[in-house]
Amino acid sequence: MSFFNTILELESFDVSSYFQTVTAADVERSLRREEQLDQRDLLNLLSPVAQNSLEEMAQRARRLTLQHFGRIIGLYAPIYISDYCANSCTYCGFHASVKFKRTKLTLAEIEQEAAAIAATGIRHILVLTGEAPGKTPMSYLTDTVLLLKQYFSSIALEIFPLDEADYLTLCQAGADSLTVYQETYDRETYKEVHPSGKKADYAYRLATPERGAKAGFRAINIGPLFGLAEPRREAWLAALHARWLEQEFPDVELSLSLPRMRKAEGAIPPRYLVEDRDFVQFMLAWRLFMPRLGITVSTRESAAFRDRLIQLGATRFSSGSKTGVGEYAVRSHDEAAVQFKVTDDRSVDEVAAMIRRSGYQPVFKDWEIV
Amino acid sequence: MVEENGAAADDALLLGGVRFTNRLLTGTGKFASRDLITPMLAASGSEMITVALRRVDLKAGEQDILRYIPSSVRVLPNTSGARTAAEAVRIAKIAREAGCGDFIKIEVITDIKYLLPDNTETLRATELLAKEGFIVLPYIMPDITISKQLHDAGAAAVMPLGSPIGSNQGLEMKAMIKRIIASSKLPVVVDAGIGKPSQAAEAMELGADAVLVNTAIATSNDPVMAGKAFALAVQAGRLARLAQLAEEKEYAEASSPLTGFLRA
Repeated sequence: MSFFNTILELESFDVSSYFQTVTAADVERSLRREEQLDQRDLLNLLSPVAQNSLEEMAQRARRLTLQHFGRIIGLYAPIYISDYCANSCTYCGFHASVKFKRTKLTLAEIEQEAAAIAATGIRHILVLTGEAPGKTPMSYLTDTVLLLKQYFSSIALEIFPLDEADYLTLCQAGADSLTVYQETYDRETYKEVHPSGKKADYAYRLATPERGAKAGFRAINIGPLFGLAEPRREAWLAALHARWLEQEFPDVELSLSLPRMRKAEGAIPPRYLVEDRDFVQFMLAWRLFMPRLGITVSTRESAAFRDRLIQLGATRFSSGSKTGVGEYAVRSHDEAAVQFKVTDDRSVDEVAAMIRRSGYQPVFKDWEIV
Repeated sequence: MVEENGAAADDALLLGGVRFTNRLLTGTGKFASRDLITPMLAASGSEMITVALRRVDLKAGEQDILRYIPSSVRVLPNTSGARTAAEAVRIAKIAREAGCGDFIKIEVITDIKYLLPDNTETLRATELLAKEGFIVLPYIMPDITISKQLHDAGAAAVMPLGSPIGSNQGLEMKAMIKRIIASSKLPVVVDAGIGKPSQAAEAMELGADAVLVNTAIATSNDPVMAGKAFALAVQAGRLARLAQLAEEKEYAEASSPLTGFLRA
């Protein structure tokens, strides 16, 4: 039984029509509910009408976050080890037919990068690659994990989806967390923006977190890429996906991300823009729906905006991020193609200082590979 | 002289042979700043504080969380993040190697949503670690049978939860905790869910030997003052217990309404 079945069941549900019926009283009721919020409550909180209740949602979300996470923001950094990619995601700068000089780091180069990142105090690393198993086979990924273990306390993977057995191999090597974005939960849109390549298989990608959980990852981070399909519906389905995983795999720490496309970022412009106000509403609704959910915010977001999100339920920030292969130590920024433009380009120290000024504690290490 | 349940004649608490005169145990998680930990310990007088090994970073030098704990306060490393007995055992060993001493609080949690402990795996980890000379304090769902088995397995105390970690719901598990207190040969430390000093006092009045409070202190607006408030509540509750307050009654009661007429 996969979350795919739930998607099929919900497909005929018309979210936009439902939103037409939501009243302020519905939002209020969902907001004040003492017991666990259900999927209807979540929709109420994600509705356009609920934008009038943002402050109340924020106050409640903040209380829940403090209670469950404390005054803590966890820090991590990404390391891009290869930008070879056989997929043709129409929105992505690493798209197979985009012409640029592709790079794959050698283990020695990965070590140089790792040392540079670890020197900033970062202890949680997120490893990223494009989808090109010929270029980055299991042996390369396993060696990467074994190497990074010497520098970091937690290793998360954001690589192309694998079968359970391969995930098990990487878990045994020392990887403990998995990030995989569905990009869009809307099957029609998914097909359009992933016209070919292995990624065209919606159901296989959707079941990736399930395979990861079965293989033993202790933490799983999912999310939609906002901009491809109707954002409120995406926010709803992403959170239902997280809730489904929470029920199936109660020992896995779940978190959601809210990557959003900017104008003219990838090969195609976003079809839907998520404004700051929407972004905050989604985050708050998610927190109220799942009080223990981790919420990860990357450096795609601006410094000023991220500073505000600390009080609004965020639990984890990337910092000092470089989104090009080898950009920390091996090659210069101009040489490296970047997957997305970093908007918050502050150093790790600067981000940590800002967190402290906000009355929160930056936590660099929150895992131990045993 | 040792009395039952780890109480010494002068009312110090004995855990694994170590004397504690303060019965409030505290924690290091969730603080806005690690700089609050030392003054909180000073204000509360807490003599034992729990630290998740996953947060310990010896490479961080001065920034490491252990540097914020004065040498007079005992470190109680915990196995937060462990999902099996085997993982808890490995974490305990890493903690000992990191210089955290022989105390270990076992947390084996397989339910992230409510952070409820897995008693079976916890018992297994206790057996293994007690044999290796650890002073084992297991965090458990309140259960009399497990408490007895943990005693036999060599635990130094039992730590039943009052309510889920961070929930501030107080003694949701009161009925079971009372029974554990009544039957346990080990000190009983009520851990988790205590949100207010009055709840800490209540646990002590019921006969708990100590309480562990973290979230309520760390996330208050003034953790130093909150630490002191909890310490006073624990002390008050302990004294009340020792004084054996009269039983609570629902109705006013004449002293011998039924048999008074029989007095000669």
